[in-house]
Amino acid sequence: MIGELHLPWLEIAILLPLLGAAACACIRKLHHAHLIALISAGLTSLCTIGEWIDFATLHAFEAHDHWDLLQRVTGRSDILVIDELSAPLPALASVLFLLVLLATLRTKLERFPLSLTLLSLSLTNATLSCHDPWLLIILLSLSVLPPLVELRQRGQSTRVFVVHMGLFTGLLLVGWALVDRTDGTASASGLSAALLTAAAILRAGVVPVHCWMTDLFEKASFGTALLFLTPMTGAYAVMHLVFPVVPGWAMQSIAVLSLITSLYAAGMAAVQTDARRFFCFLFLSHSSLVLSGLELVNVIGLTGALCVWLSVGLSLTGYGLTIRAVEARIGRIQLNRFYGLAEHTPTLAGLSLITGLSSIGFPGTLGFVGMELLVEGCVEFYPLVGLILVISSALNGISILRAWFRIFTGNRFQTAVSLRSQPAERFSVIILTLLIIGGGLWPQPGVASRHHAAVELLRLKGKGLFKIDAEPLAEEQTPEKSESSANAAPEADSGSPP
Amino acid sequence: MLKLLGLLVVAAPLLLTAVLGLCMLFRLQLSERSISRLTATAVAAGLVASLAILVTMLLTDSRSVPVSAGDWVRLPESAALHVNDPVEMSEHHVTAGSPDEAHFHFTLKFVFDRLSVPFVIMSFVLSGVISAFASRYLHREQGFPRFFLFFSLFLTGMILSSSAGTIETLFFGWELVGLSSALLVAFFQDRRGPVQNGLRVWSIYRIADAAFLLAALTLHHLSGSGDFAGLAGQGAWPEGNVVISPTSAILVGLLLLFAAAGKSALIPFSGWLPRAMEGPTPSSAVFYGALSVHLGAFLLLRMGPLLEESLLLQALVVILGLSTCAFAAMASRVQADIKSSLAFASLIQVSLIVTEIGFGLRYIPLIHIIGHACFRTLQLVRAPSLLKDYNAMINALGNRGSNTEKIGVTAPAREARLYRFAFDRGNLDPILDEYLVRPITSAFLWSDRMERRWTTWLSGSHSTGQSRAAQHASDDSAMSG
Repeated sequence: MIGELHLPWLEIAILLPLLGAAACACIRKLHHAHLIALISAGLTSLCTIGEWIDFATLHAFEAHDHWDLLQRVTGRSDILVIDELSAPLPALASVLFLLVLLATLRTKLERFPLSLTLLSLSLTNATLSCHDPWLLIILLSLSVLPPLVELRQRGQSTRVFVVHMGLFTGLLLVGWALVDRTDGTASASGLSAALLTAAAILRAGVVPVHCWMTDLFEKASFGTALLFLTPMTGAYAVMHLVFPVVPGWAMQSIAVLSLITSLYAAGMAAVQTDARRFFCFLFLSHSSLVLSGLELVNVIGLTGALCVWLSVGLSLTGYGLTIRAVEARIGRIQLNRFYGLAEHTPTLAGLSLITGLSSIGFPGTLGFVGMELLVEGCVEFYPLVGLILVISSALNGISILRAWFRIFTGNRFQTAVSLRSQPAERFSVIILTLLIIGGGLWPQPGVASRHHAAVELLRLKGKGLFKIDAEPLAEEQTPEKSESSANAAPEADSGSPP
Repeated sequence: MLKLLGLLVVAAPLLLTAVLGLCMLFRLQLSERSISRLTATAVAAGLVASLAILVTMLLTDSRSVPVSAGDWVRLPESAALHVNDPVEMSEHHVTAGSPDEAHFHFTLKFVFDRLSVPFVIMSFVLSGVISAFASRYLHREQGFPRFFLFFSLFLTGMILSSSAGTIETLFFGWELVGLSSALLVAFFQDRRGPVQNGLRVWSIYRIADAAFLLAALTLHHLSGSGDFAGLAGQGAWPEGNVVISPTSAILVGLLLLFAAAGKSALIPFSGWLPRAMEGPTPSSAVFYGALSVHLGAFLLLRMGPLLEESLLLQALVVILGLSTCAFAAMASRVQADIKSSLAFASLIQVSLIVTEIGFGLRYIPLIHIIGHACFRTLQLVRAPSLLKDYNAMINALGNRGSNTEKIGVTAPAREARLYRFAFDRGNLDPILDEYLVRPITSAFLWSDRMERRWTTWLSGSHSTGQSRAAQHASDDSAMSG
């Protein structure tokens, strides 16, 4: 049975930013629009945190809204559903959006699209709580639009982004249409699996189809690019759309390619001279690491990957925010020179170091235990994978300190105006630091929650519920079990043989 | 009682770091006097507690006192999880045996034995001396609070590493030591030189730490836990027989040896040690002359039972120690500045300690570490005033006195080559840069150029960032700092 939350958290978390986006679009005064955007994102964050806490008290594998509006309209209660895997993700995404909005300086409001950002938040929350495959595909396709509109508004070339995202949407639509039409027979599932795998690779930015990411970072506003990538909706789509239906070879291909991407991106980050490209590769390396870990079949490794998912999302958004804040003060950053900004922006320097170290799993930070578990899980089954993960992490560690030294030290920066951080920025810094260090020193609750999710995912996987071609396993189950299983993993229904 | 004392030993530097860190986060300006007093209090508390442990151990004749702070992270046995439904429960048992039988716990455990207690006491004593010295040496220095924050981080790392009862806890402390060291080398952050050297130190540490992490997790996997007691079987340090197979012992031992070589600046990583002297004198003294540089040797001592498992491993340790010793002996004699000379002199002793460990000795290397650390701290702390005194003496004498030794001028060609080799510090850094770093960076820079071409072609235009970045791409020597 699907559990029921005590309030319609999910629907509110989708509607609130939509209303905020509409209001921001109508208001002309940027300062007021910013205030509304902040209130809207803040309330959304509270809702999603409430949803997470509510879900945790239910002790269910998945749950839907109380007074489910979609259920009344469609008669189905499994459209907007959160489960063990996705429960913290809307909260994480909402907090990331809030922090980015909070750290947006007044001087940059003209260039930062507030209503589009809130629209993205709504779409992200809807995506992260959607279990209906077709709706998920539509949401993923729609989420491409806000960055696209912004690129057009800025007069930048959209070709790279359009080509990649168009291909992603097309492959996903055709792939899923094939899955939906066929019964998962060998030839059809082979083709659809290939299409879905290609779509997943495109959206996750796996090498060699990752160039749209660097292009987006270079051409869009930093905040938009950051918010398009850091909630990692691509990984969510892979977990919910691709992994449940594709055969083992496709999953392994994604994992292996992600692993190669992780190493490649770590190497690329180490030689970048443009801070935005550097950040993009750093993020790509970490997100690929998460994606490769999600394919692991042991509890420890999967728990680690799920932990790293959260820690990387939070840490790298914080890290990106510091780069964005520095850019807001001195323009685009080149990493082949020393700026020496630590004296003028000590708070940003501290946050940059803490978030960067957290992303590589430095002891005492949020990422440490996740990374330990991930590598431990790999060492157990695939020692070579563990080795590559550790090398990637080492390279990323070197890159992060290199960038930190270049931006904040090595020179005496001369300026006539104060570059000190603003109160809103300081607030973001304190929140992020407390989350990262607090989560690092007291990791048990977070790790236990992710472990719970990993166990359930593997249990369902082991029972074949996540497999379109798992007919023999499904047949062996008793009718009662089948019924409970169908409720437990509704996303597999659409692809399962009748 | 012992547990409380043990926890106090660990908590004192941790609290100091927390207080200094929080003050910096919330922009509370502490005066120099307050910072010095806080540091002195924390060091004194830790020292008194560790001395009390020593006295208690001597009185009770106990050789090992484990102190557990409980499981920091614990993943329960999957079968015992939350499964309320009996049907699901039975299913779960059926599927168990599969991957979900896994169990993981990260125990915060500390052990006070004949190795850790002397090391902890030594760390507190030397840190206390240096903190008192630094509070005067860095008086009115702009980065005074920053220095003491990094110092407290270093002390925390040292205490965690020294008293660690599990390999993961040791790794935790090991990483803190690495970070604080790199940041302290770059302490004078307005200048490029210290920053570049800090990055070099950090790069070497990260590579060594990668090996350590792999070793730690492999050990955790092989022995079921990272507990030193579990690994070494029966018997407190230095006794104990390793419980993993000889082949696995060689693999783990090699990884640990690599990690120790990075931390203790053994060949081929010796280049970072003189570079690290770019930091302020107090940090050079306590970190690279006394404590940090011995951490690699400490790791080898702690993993002694593992080394004894394989003759090959022991031979490798001896070879590494002796070759570093020969190299450092030559280099130290021809360095142009006193701190570099002292750095290599320090390396001679460290490599001798490593050699002793390779020969299967345990107490002698420990005594050697303590003696050397105290002596070198004194030398390094004295170095700046020694030069001043020396100049004063020359002024008083009116000349430099007679110096008949003219190395490199009258020496035969072979000796000149040797002199050049030693003066250039064996060209270890250039060799690493040329044959390891450069091919890798070249390959990635080539990929970067290809990617830029591809996106430019696809989009039909340069973006602002692209053109600006492309302009500078060729100047970058990224990894070399």
